[in-house]
Amino acid sequence: MSVASLPSREIHAQLEAVTRVFPAAPGAGAQPPVHALGPVDLDLRKGEFFAVVGPSGCGKSTFLEVLAGLQKPTAGTVTFEGKVVNGEVADGIGVVFQEDASFPWLTVWDNAAFGLRRNGVAAAEIRRRVDDTLAFMGLKDFARAYPSQLSGGMRQRVCIARTLVLQPRLILLDEPFGALDAQTRLLMGDEVLRLWRRTGASVLLITHALDEAAMLADRVGAMSARPGRFIEVIDTGWPRERDSTIVGEAAFGEITARLWERLRGESLKALGHAGADSMAAE
Amino acid sequence: MTATRRFTDTFVVVLAMLAVWQVLHLIAGSTALPAPLPTLTYLLHNVTTDRFATNAAATIEAFFFALLLAYAVGLAIGVWMGAHRLSGAVGEPILVALYSLPKIVLYPVLLLIFGLGISGKVAFGALHGILPVALLTTGAIRAIPPVYLRAARTLQLTPWQTIRTVLLPAALPEVFTGLRIGFTVTLLGVLLGEMFASKAGLGSMIMTDMSLAQSEDMVTVAILLFAFAAVANGILLWIEHRLHRRV
Amino acid sequence: MTRVGLIRLAVIVGAIGALELACRIGLIKHQIIIPPSEMASALWTLLASGSVNADIERTLGIIVLVIALSIVLGFAAGIAIHALPRVRAALDPFFATYYAVPVFIFYPVLIAIFGLSVMPIVLIGVATAIVAMIIATLNGLDRVPRVLTKVARVHRLSRIKTAVTLQLPAAAPYLFTGVKLSVSYGFIAVIAAEFILSPAGLGRDIADAYADFNNRRMYALILFLLIVATLVNAALHALDMRFAARRSGGRP
Repeated sequence: MSVASLPSREIHAQLEAVTRVFPAAPGAGAQPPVHALGPVDLDLRKGEFFAVVGPSGCGKSTFLEVLAGLQKPTAGTVTFEGKVVNGEVADGIGVVFQEDASFPWLTVWDNAAFGLRRNGVAAAEIRRRVDDTLAFMGLKDFARAYPSQLSGGMRQRVCIARTLVLQPRLILLDEPFGALDAQTRLLMGDEVLRLWRRTGASVLLITHALDEAAMLADRVGAMSARPGRFIEVIDTGWPRERDSTIVGEAAFGEITARLWERLRGESLKALGHAGADSMAAE
Repeated sequence: MTATRRFTDTFVVVLAMLAVWQVLHLIAGSTALPAPLPTLTYLLHNVTTDRFATNAAATIEAFFFALLLAYAVGLAIGVWMGAHRLSGAVGEPILVALYSLPKIVLYPVLLLIFGLGISGKVAFGALHGILPVALLTTGAIRAIPPVYLRAARTLQLTPWQTIRTVLLPAALPEVFTGLRIGFTVTLLGVLLGEMFASKAGLGSMIMTDMSLAQSEDMVTVAILLFAFAAVANGILLWIEHRLHRRV
Repeated sequence: MTRVGLIRLAVIVGAIGALELACRIGLIKHQIIIPPSEMASALWTLLASGSVNADIERTLGIIVLVIALSIVLGFAAGIAIHALPRVRAALDPFFATYYAVPVFIFYPVLIAIFGLSVMPIVLIGVATAIVAMIIATLNGLDRVPRVLTKVARVHRLSRIKTAVTLQLPAAAPYLFTGVKLSVSYGFIAVIAAEFILSPAGLGRDIADAYADFNNRRMYALILFLLIVATLVNAALHALDMRFAARRSGGRP
């Protein structure tokens, strides 16, 4: 593992014994409480790229939303830059969602400017930052277009641009490429690596794609079936300067294989497979 | 939310509506608007009178023929516009435009053509019903996935078999929606026709009652028509849901 | 204009032409339908004479009032009902049946209560148009994507700002559908009420002209109302197309 891939040991965000239990719905005949997550511990280092993989329904998105401040942890503590996060989104955190959250009633440019306008930033500064970000995201020629005129990948770029103009120090990506085709995903992965390097922000990526996690992240946390816990955190050891061509390297195959080895049993559990326990024990 | 609580809540809304009625009665006075309770007891008396029976029969007769005409013409236009792409593209916006016009202004024209008897009412009711039936049938046929037709060809079905076993079942749920809406607006058309210059039917009975200040008669007829339309719509909706679930 | 548009125009012009011809050669008697050209010239004379100006003002005034009340009150009621899920659940069956029952049959009852005046016309107009707006508002608020509320929290927007900058624009297409329906229903109900029984107004004028066998006047007024209603609907349709072009696939 090369030290260069981890620029800092400084802790940026921290989860300590965090759990999330969805309370039982009130009324007769309702469902029992659902233990979705944890206990989870994680030290997210400043400037690192961390990916979380796990079977569907394992609580990955809950993990992200608790870290973002969109949900309160049932127990445990979340801190970001030394301050406790408890159900409020902290300044400096940007989130990109799995669903297309671009605003169809605004042009690409106005979508990107959305957050800055709400914060009362001066018009000239908004123009500079939006133009800069759109150029960086390759959206410059589409500034006047509406999201409906763009492909799904381009729309997700609009959402990323809308997050980036606010210059977040921690970027949370909740399966942002889930709805895209495989080739587009590889290219979007390159985009994310590029913006990660340029902004110097810490990035946390939630994904169900093992190869995506293995290719993009400095560290990959493999999450168990519900309630989600980290069963292993793997250092990938990639250099900071990297792109999607590393899928051809031997180490890429090894990391992916190792992740699958850890997650196969968990995925079977998530599927409700009868032999899941015995297979996980192998 | 549990079913019983929802039922209770809906019941509370009905009570609230009766309360509003009572308050309106207190403001307007008995001659203009009778109180709910006396009206509901009067309802039982009213439906047994010959006058009600004659008028109801006249309305039912006109409504029956209007509906028959609306369905026949509406389905014919709908199938044609759905199957023939160009006709649909040309005709649909025209029908949509006609749909949102105040058709009542055309009623005198129909009266001049068909006279004051039942034919004018039937034509006017059908005029209301044809448009939604035609538009929804067009949509239903257009919405049939082309892959069904390719599948029918690979199964070497004859054109008639294709229509009977593939196209008809695929389009039926949405066509039925058209028939349900057609039912509603045709009834409205017939009643509007009766309210203007007619000697027979429940619509004209209400207008006569109003001029004679027989408000109990008037309100009971209105309530019965409401109940008839609501129950019929409920049954048609139930069938429609079953058809939609099947596909 | 596209090929389809040209054919459509040809069909409409052809239909009017055929009617004109049928009237001119006596296939359709003058006592029943007058030729379209005569309708137009009669309308021209009528408008130039100014004799119906008062009725036009009255009727269009009532229609505007009905539509404005329906849209404003319907929107407000929709928001309030959406905020109260229990009330919503109790009212849903009524909304689902509302347009299946002939609400208009209550017009004579309203006349009995309020007398023969503007009041029953406005009430039956609002009663016909408002529920479409309420249903459309509920529909629009239901369809605001859940992810938008998360976006609002990431941007730390207040409740009011979330409503104005995210929920309202997201619900706008549905609200516009409600506006279109309210306009169309309001128009239809007011004209129908005037036609059946009213102290004055364009609908009443048509009924009177019919009773007086004054076909020139009757057809002129019918033509006028059909033109006004068509223009209003066409304008709303054009607006709708402009909004839709932005939102779905960039159609012109």
